[in-house]
Amino acid sequence: MTPQGSIYRRLMLQLVGSAAVLAAILFVLFQSFARQLAVEAQDNTLLASASAILESVWVQQGQVRADIPYAALAMLGNVSDDRVFYQIAQAGSVLTGYEDLPLLRDGVQAANAAFRGDDIRMVQVARSLPIAGVPQIITVTVAQTQDGLAQKLAEISRRAILVGAVFFAVATVLAVWAARGTVRPLARVTAAVSRRGPVDLRPVTTPVPAEMVPLIGALNDFILRLDRSLARSEDFIAEAAHRVRTPLATVRAQAEVTLRRVDREENRTALKQMIRAVDESSRAAGQLLDHAMVALRADRLEQEQLDLGAAVAEVVARQMPLASLKDIAFDQQIAAGCLVQGDAILIQNAVTNILDNAIKYSPRDTRITIDVGQRGTLAHVRITDQGRGFGDDDIARLTDPFARGTNAGQTVGSGLGLTIAHEVARAHRGTLTLTQAIEGTGACVTFCLPV
Amino acid sequence: MRLLLVEDNETLAQAVIDLLSLDGHGVDHAPHLAMARDFVQSVPYDLILLDIMLPDGDGRTFLHDLRRAARDVPVIVLTARSEVSDRVGVLDLGADDYLVKPFDFSELEARCRAVLRRRAGTATNIQRIGDVEFDLLGGALGVRGTRIELRNRELRLFEVFATNPGVILSKAKLVDRLFSADEEVSENAIEVYVARLRKHLRGSRVEIDTIRGLGYRLSVA
Repeated sequence: MTPQGSIYRRLMLQLVGSAAVLAAILFVLFQSFARQLAVEAQDNTLLASASAILESVWVQQGQVRADIPYAALAMLGNVSDDRVFYQIAQAGSVLTGYEDLPLLRDGVQAANAAFRGDDIRMVQVARSLPIAGVPQIITVTVAQTQDGLAQKLAEISRRAILVGAVFFAVATVLAVWAARGTVRPLARVTAAVSRRGPVDLRPVTTPVPAEMVPLIGALNDFILRLDRSLARSEDFIAEAAHRVRTPLATVRAQAEVTLRRVDREENRTALKQMIRAVDESSRAAGQLLDHAMVALRADRLEQEQLDLGAAVAEVVARQMPLASLKDIAFDQQIAAGCLVQGDAILIQNAVTNILDNAIKYSPRDTRITIDVGQRGTLAHVRITDQGRGFGDDDIARLTDPFARGTNAGQTVGSGLGLTIAHEVARAHRGTLTLTQAIEGTGACVTFCLPV
Repeated sequence: MRLLLVEDNETLAQAVIDLLSLDGHGVDHAPHLAMARDFVQSVPYDLILLDIMLPDGDGRTFLHDLRRAARDVPVIVLTARSEVSDRVGVLDLGADDYLVKPFDFSELEARCRAVLRRRAGTATNIQRIGDVEFDLLGGALGVRGTRIELRNRELRLFEVFATNPGVILSKAKLVDRLFSADEEVSENAIEVYVARLRKHLRGSRVEIDTIRGLGYRLSVA
């Protein structure tokens, strides 16, 4: 499954992106507001200066006179090293000051302008004075270069950037926190589901946020369906076995009873062939169904701890009557305390298959050795018989489904016993090894499981 | 021995009854659980053969109820279901053994014998034939005060002779009783076991006679 995007990353990108946009807006607002305040402050100072100068203008004998107070210009010089210009004009003709200072249009009190190669800020105030009985408009213009303001604005920009950056940093930290918090319930559910054993098909009950309830509901529905479907498969296999074996059992029983009643050799041979055929088919059916069941269970292995020696001893005890039918004796060397993790039913089924093979291929009045032990991290069950052993070419392929030894002869078999044992071993990360017995000609099958 | 067979398949049941009767066992047949419950109430059985899938219920329930009622009569379960699939193991429910259908009659006999022997413990069930003591469950003969352990096939052969004293048994019949139906055995194999039994019986009044062309017969002098 290739992940398509990540909620966490997308959330992070969205939150951090929003934070960046907000930081930029904040920067612009802060800067423009601060700039406006700075300009207003300069204008107020210039206005105060201009008003002070205008206040000092008076008329003497029809002549306009001005006594510019020191403070009026000093208040400007105090603030910075900016140069200050002024001009007093009467009805558009300059009375004193810088003659080439540009005039502002009527109605405009403050403006930017260029003067002698510098950017300046200028303000203009006016008042009407009666000169020789005629009111005359006196205008006072005060201007100042803007180096100080530029410095101040640069400082403001730096502050604005700092504020934006701090805002962005804090917002990013909060975004990480929020994104983690949002993703955390997902991680909790993931952990709860992945911590489960393979056979745990209970619904998920981990508390989740409301938005995730439909997802968990769907997951639980799926778990329920899977559980039912697996149960149905197992029931189906068990039922199929029942359906196939019951009529075969009837046929076999009747054939065997009849066999005990008839004396004619050809009838007896026919009946024996019939019994053989029934055995072949019932064994094949049984092994096929067992094989299907093993495959089904191997996918969701039960991992209980079991004592391998005790499990094998049970199997051996069960096979004892079968062995005694052929006067085969068991030598059991079963070490105590070989604890393995696994599915007891599957492991016992594997050992039953191996032991059943050994009994089938053993001649009468022989011995079968069952050795259970542990070497390092591997526990083993080794079953050695005194039969014909494996053909040289057979060992590599006998664990394949339906493979039978070239020297199997007339013995009834389905070719699935060792396949099942092999698959059980593999499902438990173990191995199944076929060798020739060290002593004699028999077969030796070793079933190994990690402890 | 008194046995109860709980099995709904009439043909199979009749075959099993025929077979067990050959060994001289008395077999009652219950085709469903209700009848089986009635039988176990009134008859003290030595062994119960129990099918799992019955028309009126699951044989495992019957087994469970039997064990809860503290009846420890030996039970062998006959199942046609897959061995791997029976997750509630019948052995855990208190069965002594189980047999997967279709089964070989020799295997059924062997399992019955093994269960009875295991359950008998130290109790002995000794049958007298002439001056020979036959301990079936212990698998031994007592000849002139000496106990002789029999191997499995010798034991079964002697059991067949002991349940049919004075009857001529053909080699073919004896092969049927001693070997699985799908084993390839020549009738001469019987001679080996007869010879071994004769050796064990030497010095007693019990003899196995050869009836030329017909077979063997157990006789007490």
